[in-house]
Amino acid sequence: MNWKREEPEAARALVKEIARLVEGPLRLMEVCGTHTVSIFRAGIRAMMPPGLELISGPGCPVCVTPTGEIDRAVELARRPEVVLLTFGDLMRVPGSRGSLAQARAEGADVRVILSPLDAVAVAEGEPRKKVVFFAVGFETTSPAIAWAVKEARRRGLENFYLLPCQRLIPPAIRALLSAGRTGVDGFILPGHVSVIIGRAPYLFIAREFGLPGVITGFEPLDILEGILMLLRQKKEGRAAIEIQYRRAVKEEGNPLALGLMEEVFRPADARWRGLGSIPSSGLLLRDGFSEMDAVQAFDLPYEEVKDPPGCLCGEILQGLKRPPDCPLFGRGCTPEAPIGPCMVSSEGTCAAYYKYGGISA
Amino acid sequence: MCLGIPCKVVSKGGDFAEVDFGGVKRQVSLLFCPEAEVGDYVLVHVGFAIQRLEEEDALQTLRLLQELGEQYLELEEGGA
Ligand code: SF4
Repeated sequence: MNWKREEPEAARALVKEIARLVEGPLRLMEVCGTHTVSIFRAGIRAMMPPGLELISGPGCPVCVTPTGEIDRAVELARRPEVVLLTFGDLMRVPGSRGSLAQARAEGADVRVILSPLDAVAVAEGEPRKKVVFFAVGFETTSPAIAWAVKEARRRGLENFYLLPCQRLIPPAIRALLSAGRTGVDGFILPGHVSVIIGRAPYLFIAREFGLPGVITGFEPLDILEGILMLLRQKKEGRAAIEIQYRRAVKEEGNPLALGLMEEVFRPADARWRGLGSIPSSGLLLRDGFSEMDAVQAFDLPYEEVKDPPGCLCGEILQGLKRPPDCPLFGRGCTPEAPIGPCMVSSEGTCAAYYKYGGISA
Repeated sequence: MCLGIPCKVVSKGGDFAEVDFGGVKRQVSLLFCPEAEVGDYVLVHVGFAIQRLEEEDALQTLRLLQELGEQYLELEEGGA
């Protein structure tokens, strides 16, 4: 990590203060994959005083997508009339019958897009094909996906479909806490999810589970400050949801983005890798848009698939195990030849450990 | 995947704006951020501005996020 000139000093001060406040063993979970990467790049785990452990949670939309959903996308992609659109990180995630990248190598029309803006453009440009957008993402991305659905409707495109696979963060945190296995003492909450949803959806963490949470930015100093704010709450015996990332996160989130998301989607139970089915943690198209739902239009049954043998992704996503605990880590499972999604995604915990390895957690 | 990259708005027309991301010009939607004006910094995620930022703050976060952004784009292109 290249720290800016004046930063190491500020960081040292923050780390000193953090060390001063740590009283007993403490486990803080960062929920977001972008945090995981920042924490590793900046070497923040190694700066933490003894007793303070940072653990990674289920925070990457690619990693939490279960194998059965990948299989559905691969099956669709293999149909001759279909163009399948996906964000890049999903290409190499292994399904039980190969990945999207393999399907493409075998002739399927799979295309990587950077934005839902492109999805609508492709559907318009290929009127004789059925264009399916395999949509993954958390609340940060879902408003843009909602735009694509509404825009396809506005332009009268009859060949645009959505394979909706988005997930919502607060229900996953609730499921983790209700399972009661992670032993987390506080949450470093995701900054960009919170730009959209604001502070209120996390209040249950403090009210029902008595734990603090801080909505945190992604600069090394942001993260150190977020940790410090958590420790101050602990010290003062408080449990509240606070915002460190003030420059981007408003109390109420982004009402325009939330409004569009709610107009197009409704919450539904959804499966997460490692966490199973979680109530109201996914999004399905509302009735007015349901003819664009690829699952219905193409009659795609869901088949439950077990994780690859030996892969500990499920436990890693719950913060129960660390990548080095996996017998395949670095031996059989590497970013070049990944076995589980935590090694495929650039924000996966296994990939972060592998790339910036040697830092003890 | 929830990366947001601070970009400066260089021109604006309707729901869309042209932004400067480390010298590269990109079209982004202002649907969720209609108040952004030319010269403002906005947080951009998958082609959409999701929040307007104060300039000073944007400059502060720009470097790390650009680094991450490049890595992310490389990976996306690598998959393409
Ligand atoms: S190292 Fe590979 S096989 Fe092991 S848990 Fe991580 S992704 Fe799964």
